[in-house]
Amino acid sequence: MSQIAPSLKNRTPLSERLDLIVSPIFAIALAIIGGVVWLYSDLDDTTISILAPEKLQRQLVETITLGLASSLLVIAIAVPLGILVTRKGFPRLKNFLVDTLGLAQALPAYGLIVIFFSFMGAGITTVILALATFSLLPVLRNTIVGLEQVDKSVIDAGRGMGYTTRQILMKIELPLSVEVIIAGIRTAIVINVGMSALAFLVGGGGLGETINSGLKLDRAPAILIGAVLVAILALLFDFMSALAQKYLKPKGL
Amino acid sequence: MSETLIRLENVSKTYGSGAEPAVRNLTLEVQKGEVLVLVGPSGCGKSTTLRLINRLIEPTSGRIYLDGEDVTDGDPSELRRKIGYVIQQVGLFPHRTIAENIATVPKLLGWDKAKIEARIDEMLELVSMDPETYRDRYPKELSGGQAQRIGVARALAADPDVLLMDEPFGAIDPITRDRLQNEFLRLQQELKKTIVFVTHDIDEAIKMGNRIAILREGSEIAQLDTPEAILAHPADEFVESFLGSGAILKGLTLKKVRDIELHQVPTLSSPVMREQALETLRASDDQVALFLDANDKPTRWIDERALNRTSQPIEKSGRPVTVDLQPEDTLQDALTVMLQSSVGMAVVTDRKGKYLGCCTIESLAKLIMSDG
Repeated sequence: MSQIAPSLKNRTPLSERLDLIVSPIFAIALAIIGGVVWLYSDLDDTTISILAPEKLQRQLVETITLGLASSLLVIAIAVPLGILVTRKGFPRLKNFLVDTLGLAQALPAYGLIVIFFSFMGAGITTVILALATFSLLPVLRNTIVGLEQVDKSVIDAGRGMGYTTRQILMKIELPLSVEVIIAGIRTAIVINVGMSALAFLVGGGGLGETINSGLKLDRAPAILIGAVLVAILALLFDFMSALAQKYLKPKGL
Repeated sequence: MSETLIRLENVSKTYGSGAEPAVRNLTLEVQKGEVLVLVGPSGCGKSTTLRLINRLIEPTSGRIYLDGEDVTDGDPSELRRKIGYVIQQVGLFPHRTIAENIATVPKLLGWDKAKIEARIDEMLELVSMDPETYRDRYPKELSGGQAQRIGVARALAADPDVLLMDEPFGAIDPITRDRLQNEFLRLQQELKKTIVFVTHDIDEAIKMGNRIAILREGSEIAQLDTPEAILAHPADEFVESFLGSGAILKGLTLKKVRDIELHQVPTLSSPVMREQALETLRASDDQVALFLDANDKPTRWIDERALNRTSQPIEKSGRPVTVDLQPEDTLQDALTVMLQSSVGMAVVTDRKGKYLGCCTIESLAKLIMSDG
């Protein structure tokens, strides 16, 4: 005697579909601009030596390393921390952390890198730590928000049926907040890849070197190509995070 | 009576220090196989009391016994797996299919896969939902009423002896609620679970409960008795005011048409001799007669005027009998039918539609008076 509910079509909303299209489109557009500049501007010997393939390749690898390492560090710190402070008994620590890290983000990334440099000296580790500090907040905040927006009645039902605290976290809270958490991680990755252009300031390498050389030697094509490469990398990482967001999000939501 | 399955002994719950306790020194026994309804104004501690039983709220003092065993200490998760739990918001896991939702507790208990799969279908059929159609759907595809059916199925999946229900039908529209309540009562007749049911709706309490505990602030029991006894003899002013006006009308939901003495009106059947029929009607105290068809099923109310109108056959004149009652309907249903009927009476038939007699306002009044 049961009536049959209309089966909801699993149509992805427009915003979500756009999400997966926009980054690649921008990346391709930028690549075309870069290509046009490379082909049609007057490249003198200096420019060509700035844009030497082996240099660019090394800088690309460095940028990716910086972006990935700092992002992994952020995930490793911010997600567990976010889980911890949303447990019972930590409301004060939570507010304190969110405020302090908000402050870190309010500082210019440039300043943060310099501060870390003055304590730790030059090198890639300095940059990774500075970037991680800078992008900790979006991940922490999204972890907290994601966990707190989980429907309390679902948790209550889970407890009432005999889930342990750990099972509640692993089987209910995390799956139901994974989308929001990844959104935070996505922000952090884009920030980290973008900001890694500043790594050259403290000897961290990266594509910032090309941009810097271009600036110092007044070679506009070099500046542009360096900047385009950083932007394409950031968009690429954004796209991969969007994919992760789409496929890690549990069905049924 | 029967044996006690749940026993709360001098249980108190206080939040923070120095605050008024939400539950003060409560002792409560739930008998095996009964539906005990906790009802009271909001804030009286009825939900807290319910959640003390499966230790979602830990008591500040007192002991809790389940089936004679002290369960106040020990692993609360293990305790909860033995007790079904249904809440107003249902709380289905949105990221799990209906089947996975129902399988929650059996999985926690480590049942083998084949047994779980069979159980899922069994549970879906129990709550009148087609397994083929619903197994692989997600909760967001269900209506409120369907979701709560799954909520009940999930709570019953591991076949617990005890079921705790916290306003399970509170967020559901009145028509669906009525249907779910009836289905649930039918289910309970079959399953004979021990159920503690929280509601703030006294009508629901009267309908669902074998016994009702009316609670006032601090979860203090104002009266604990069968619905009939509470309606007939409210313990004090608080209970009386909580029952509200119309306790007599509420009492009608507890009595059945079969409790009443049926009145017999003159009956006619095909072929009708007009003269003879008129005589019968005049000889009786009633203004109307019932026309019965070949199967003794009452079809029309016939009065003198209809008999005099020779222009159409008898079986087409008079007023049609639109609703009939059956002996297992409540007197409240009977009252409604009577008030709507053009002749102030309600026809009672057996299950096959065969005429048994009529319900009248007088017979209803007589029954209420004799109770008084």
